[in-house]
Amino acid sequence: MNHATGAHPLSQLADRVQPRDRSLLDRLFRWFCIATASVSILILAVLLVAVFYLGVSSLNWNFLTHYPEPDATQAGLGPAIWGTVWVCVVCGFFALPIGVATAVFLEEFKPSNKWLLKLHGFIQLNINNLAGVPSVVYGIIGLTLFVSMAGLFGSPNEPFASVGVKYFDQFFTAGQKALRVPIADPSQPQTVATPGLQALNADDEWVEINVVKSRRDLPRNLKDRRYAIVEGKTSGRIQDGSWYYFRLPFGRSVMAGALTLMLVILPIVIISTQEALRGVPGSLREAGMGLGSTQWQVVRNITLPAAVPGIMTGAILSMSRAIGEAAPILILAGAIFLTNNPGNLMDDFTVLPLQIFDWAGRPQPEFHHLAGGGILVLLAILFVFNLTAVLIRQFTQKNLS
Amino acid sequence: MTFETNTNEPRIATKKPTQFMAAESETKPERASMIEMQSFNAWYGDFQALCDLNLAVPEKRVTAFIGPSGCGKSTLLKWMNRMNDVIPTARATGQLRLPDIDILARSTDVVALRRRIGMVFQKPNPFPKSIYDNIAFGPRLHYTGLQRSDLDNLVEWSLKKSALWDEVKDRLNQSALGLSGGQQQRLCIARAISIGPEILLMDEPCSALDPASTSRIEDLIYELRKQYTIVIVTHNMQQAARCSDRTAFFFEGRIVEAGPTRELFTRPKEKQTEDYVTGKFG
Repeated sequence: MNHATGAHPLSQLADRVQPRDRSLLDRLFRWFCIATASVSILILAVLLVAVFYLGVSSLNWNFLTHYPEPDATQAGLGPAIWGTVWVCVVCGFFALPIGVATAVFLEEFKPSNKWLLKLHGFIQLNINNLAGVPSVVYGIIGLTLFVSMAGLFGSPNEPFASVGVKYFDQFFTAGQKALRVPIADPSQPQTVATPGLQALNADDEWVEINVVKSRRDLPRNLKDRRYAIVEGKTSGRIQDGSWYYFRLPFGRSVMAGALTLMLVILPIVIISTQEALRGVPGSLREAGMGLGSTQWQVVRNITLPAAVPGIMTGAILSMSRAIGEAAPILILAGAIFLTNNPGNLMDDFTVLPLQIFDWAGRPQPEFHHLAGGGILVLLAILFVFNLTAVLIRQFTQKNLS
Repeated sequence: MTFETNTNEPRIATKKPTQFMAAESETKPERASMIEMQSFNAWYGDFQALCDLNLAVPEKRVTAFIGPSGCGKSTLLKWMNRMNDVIPTARATGQLRLPDIDILARSTDVVALRRRIGMVFQKPNPFPKSIYDNIAFGPRLHYTGLQRSDLDNLVEWSLKKSALWDEVKDRLNQSALGLSGGQQQRLCIARAISIGPEILLMDEPCSALDPASTSRIEDLIYELRKQYTIVIVTHNMQQAARCSDRTAFFFEGRIVEAGPTRELFTRPKEKQTEDYVTGKFG
C-alpha cells in the first residue's frame, strides 16, 4: 500500500471493512445480567413467602416466651431465643477484642525481623485458610477444647474447679415432694435414704426425712406422705448455680457454645478488620508518626477510629453468621429439651437454628408450622442485626467527613 | 479569599529582592550546623538510593533540596526523622547527626527525635478531626496535665504562627477536611510546630497546591526560618530560589553541588547543576 499519500490505512479498506455493530450484543448482555440478578431475588422472594405462609400462624406471644412443650399448640421457643442471645453476647464479647487485636497486630505491627516476618506471613495464611473450614469441624474442636478440655480437668459432673455452685442429692418422696440434701464434695457417692437423714424442702427449711422400712409402712394420708421415703431409695445429683457459676471444664454449656462460635467467626472478624485498617490512608499514619506518636498512639488515636465503620460492619455481619450456625452447636450440645432459659454461663442451652432443626425433623405437620415460625423469628433477629450494621456504618462515616 | 487574590502578586514582587539580600547578608557569619552528614549512604534492599553524602544544614536557615524525581531527596528527608523505619528493607550507613545525638543509632528514641524534628508532607494530611483537635493532637501525645486553657493558648499560637488564625478562628470546632488545600497545608504546618520542634522537614509542601496557596506557604516558610531550621524538598526551582538560603542539588543519589542558593543559581560550579537550574534537563 502507498503510505506516502497520507490517507488513513482504513479508508482504503472501505469496501470490505465495515464499522462493527455492537449495540445488539450490548443490549443482550444487559438483559442477561438483569435476568440472572432477578433469579436470585426471585428465589429469595419464593423462600420468604413460603416460610411466611408456613410459619405466620404460629407467631404469638406464647410462642416467643414458652418452652418447647411436646404439645404443639403450647410449644414455644423461649429457651432457644434466650440461648441465642446468651451465646451471641458471650461470643461477641470474646471474638471482637481478640479478632480486632489480631488484625491490628497483622496490619499495624509488621515485624522487620526476617524470621518474625515469616511467622507473620504464616499466621496470615492460616487465618485465610481457617475462614474456609466447615463449621461442623469447629464443633468437634469445641467439643474437645471447651466441653471436655481433653479430659485434663476432670468431667463436667466432677469438675476440676468450680465457683458459685451448690450440689444437692435430690429425693422424691412418696408425696411427690422434692427434698434436697446439700453435698459438699461432688465426688462423693450419691446419698441413700437412711433413718434420721435431714434435708431441705422446697421452702429451704430443714426437715427430717421420714424413712420407713418398706412401701407398706408408708403413711396413708397425703399430708404425712410428704416427707416419707422407703429406706434405701437412691437420690439424683443436681446442681444449683448462681449467676456467676463457673467451672473447668465447661461442659455442654453456654460458655462452650459461645467460645466455639468464636472460633467460627474469628477469621471473618480478623479479615474484615484487616480490610478496614488497610482502608485507612497511609498519609494519616505518617502524619501521626511524624508528630512523634508511638505505635500504640497511632493505632489508638488514628487508625482504629478511622476504621470503626468497617470494623463494626464486619463484626455485626460475622455475628449474624454466628446466630445462624446450627452444625457446631448440634455437635456440642445436641438437640436437647429445655424448660428453662439459661441463667449462667455454665447452664445448658439451645439455640434457634437447633430448635428449628428439631421441629422440622418431626413427622407431625403442626411442628412444621412451628419450625416456620422459628425461621421467621430467626430472620427477624438477623434483619435487626444487619440493620444495626448499616446504621452504625452510616452514622460513624457521617461523623468523619 | 479576597485577601489571597488581591495581594498575592505584589507581595511576591516586592519581597523577592529583599529576601535574597537578607539571605545573603545573614549567611556571611557562619551559622552553626544543625544536621550534619558524613559519608551517608542509604539503601532500599539492594538498590542504593543515596551515595556518600556530605552536607551540613545550618540552624535557623532554609535549606532546599532540588533535583529530578527519584534522585533521593525525599529518602534523605525521611532518614532525618527515621520515617524510613517502617520500611523493612531500608538501611543506612555513615554519619547523620544532630549536634547532640546520632540520628541513625539504634538506641535513639525515635519518638523523642520526631518531637524535635517535625515533618510536613507532600499532600496535606489533616486528621479527620476538628481544626482544634488537629493542632492539639501533638501536645496531647507528648504531655499530660495540659489544661483546656493551655491547649487553647497553644492552638492559637500555632495557628497565628502559620498565618491561618484569622481564617479559622471562628470555626475551630469544624472538621479540618472542610478547609481548602492551601489552608489544610498551613494547618499541617501549624500542627507540626505545635509541639515545639527545632527542625521542620518539608517534603514538596506546595506540589499539590495552586499558585496563590503556594506563595502563602512560601511567605510562611520565610517567616518561620527565624525560629526553626527548615529543610525543604522541592521540584520547583523558583521556589528554592525564592525561599531558601542554601541549596543542594541532587542527581542519582549524589549531591552534585551544594552552597548558598544565590551562588548555586547564578554561578553554578558544575555543568550538571547549570543544565538543571536553567531547565535544560530534569
